[in-house]
Amino acid sequence: MRLENKVAFISGGGRGMGEVMAKLFAQEGASVVIGDVLEDEGKQVEAAINETGGNCLFVRLNVTDETQWQQAVAATVTRFGKLDILINNAGIYRTNKIENTSVEEWDQVLAINGKGVFLGTKAAIPEMRKAGGGSIINLSSVAGLVGSADSGAYNASKGAVRLLTKSTAIQYAKEGIRANSIHPGTIETPMTADLLSGEGRRDRINRTPLRRLGRADDVAYGALYLASDEASFVTGSELVIDGGRTAE
Amino acid sequence: MRLENKVALISGGARGMGAVEAKLFAREGAKVVIGDVLEDEGKQTEAEINEAGGQCLFAMLDVTSEENWNQTVAATVARFGKVDILVNNAGIFTLGNVEDTTVEMWDRVMAINGKGVFLGTKAVIPEMRKVGGGSIINLSSVAGLIGSARAAAYGATKGAVRIFTKSTAVQYAKEGIRANSVHPGIIDTPMTVPTILVDDASREAQMERTPLGRLGQSEDVANGVLFLASDESSFMTGSELVIDGGLTAQ
Repeated sequence: MRLENKVAFISGGGRGMGEVMAKLFAQEGASVVIGDVLEDEGKQVEAAINETGGNCLFVRLNVTDETQWQQAVAATVTRFGKLDILINNAGIYRTNKIENTSVEEWDQVLAINGKGVFLGTKAAIPEMRKAGGGSIINLSSVAGLVGSADSGAYNASKGAVRLLTKSTAIQYAKEGIRANSIHPGTIETPMTADLLSGEGRRDRINRTPLRRLGRADDVAYGALYLASDEASFVTGSELVIDGGRTAE
Repeated sequence: MRLENKVALISGGARGMGAVEAKLFAREGAKVVIGDVLEDEGKQTEAEINEAGGQCLFAMLDVTSEENWNQTVAATVARFGKVDILVNNAGIFTLGNVEDTTVEMWDRVMAINGKGVFLGTKAVIPEMRKVGGGSIINLSSVAGLIGSARAAAYGATKGAVRIFTKSTAVQYAKEGIRANSVHPGIIDTPMTVPTILVDDASREAQMERTPLGRLGQSEDVANGVLFLASDESSFMTGSELVIDGGLTAQ
């Protein structure tokens, strides 16, 4: 198993990509803590993993709250003894051009997608230091690499994640803490359900050279690679999983 | 096993990173053909894989020869029935800034590192089309991403590989053929030991430059190549996998 004896924390693990990652990581031998504001979904995922022989704990987590992050990390260490892997996966998507973006929307998107990653990283580092290293995986997006026709705040938040990841990588490399970003293209998840209804779906498929939408497990396998010791020389890198969209 | 029922062709597979990739692929269930100009080393790697229970064939391959490539691909199909994975791993390293680089040096490194990737890609596409898709992995370098203080021609070849990979990805995506590049930092291999890792001081200097504070090992690269070769990365094409210990993140 590729994550044997590892302890992983996954924010936004209650559904969508985070849920698929949690299940894959558990299958590969990791003990998994999922943090989410979605209590019902989170408890369901926790139960599903535990019933199939995995080790999972759900904790309520609003990623914009520093105290909650500290509690979530403390709960992880109490239950599983340490923290090796952090997946900053929680995020929201908003479509609005810049002129139509309110300050409230900007603040909300940057708080969840940007500050959430900062706070998770900040809370995890002391525990990773104790364990002699760790792997942080931040979910950015192709919208963190190229301009987006229909989002300003989301674009900015994912660009922030891309470079915060490199800062983390450089600042903590000497302590064996790795940090990498993942840049999914259009993935079929609860977050993108609105975007992929009706005309939008065909349009997104046509814009993707591989001519399909991504699935949550396409991203989960990338996260698994980066989380595992197979990627022990990989830090500050960007893993683009977009069916070729940003290659052209 | 992560490459069950797959057939992989690895150029430069006789030694160094290519040999480590070949062994890892075989352990993960792939049938492996290694093409190389190094016949003794190639046959030894072939024997080691077969003795360990894998399936491996060595083929003499000069990557600059289109005819050699066609023969190697034909030999792969004759022996194992198809080609699913191509790793364009063969390459040479040459030191020299722009003024010190002779036209002969330029032509040689471009032929092996650049044209070799083009010819390998060209030779496998018809076979990948027949099986409904495939995965091509091209070894570029961090020198294909950023300027190098001492290796002008080498950097140019690796830049060529980086964008040629994206061309391949975009041109053949509809046929299910994926293409991705790998960008290693300073890896301890037979290519780098006689050139940039010549003594303790140069090894120290390269470790110092690398945020993770160590040299990469062939296994570090092979694990990334394995991920890109496998169906785990089936939504990845035209991407760059940087395995450099943080060298280009700063």
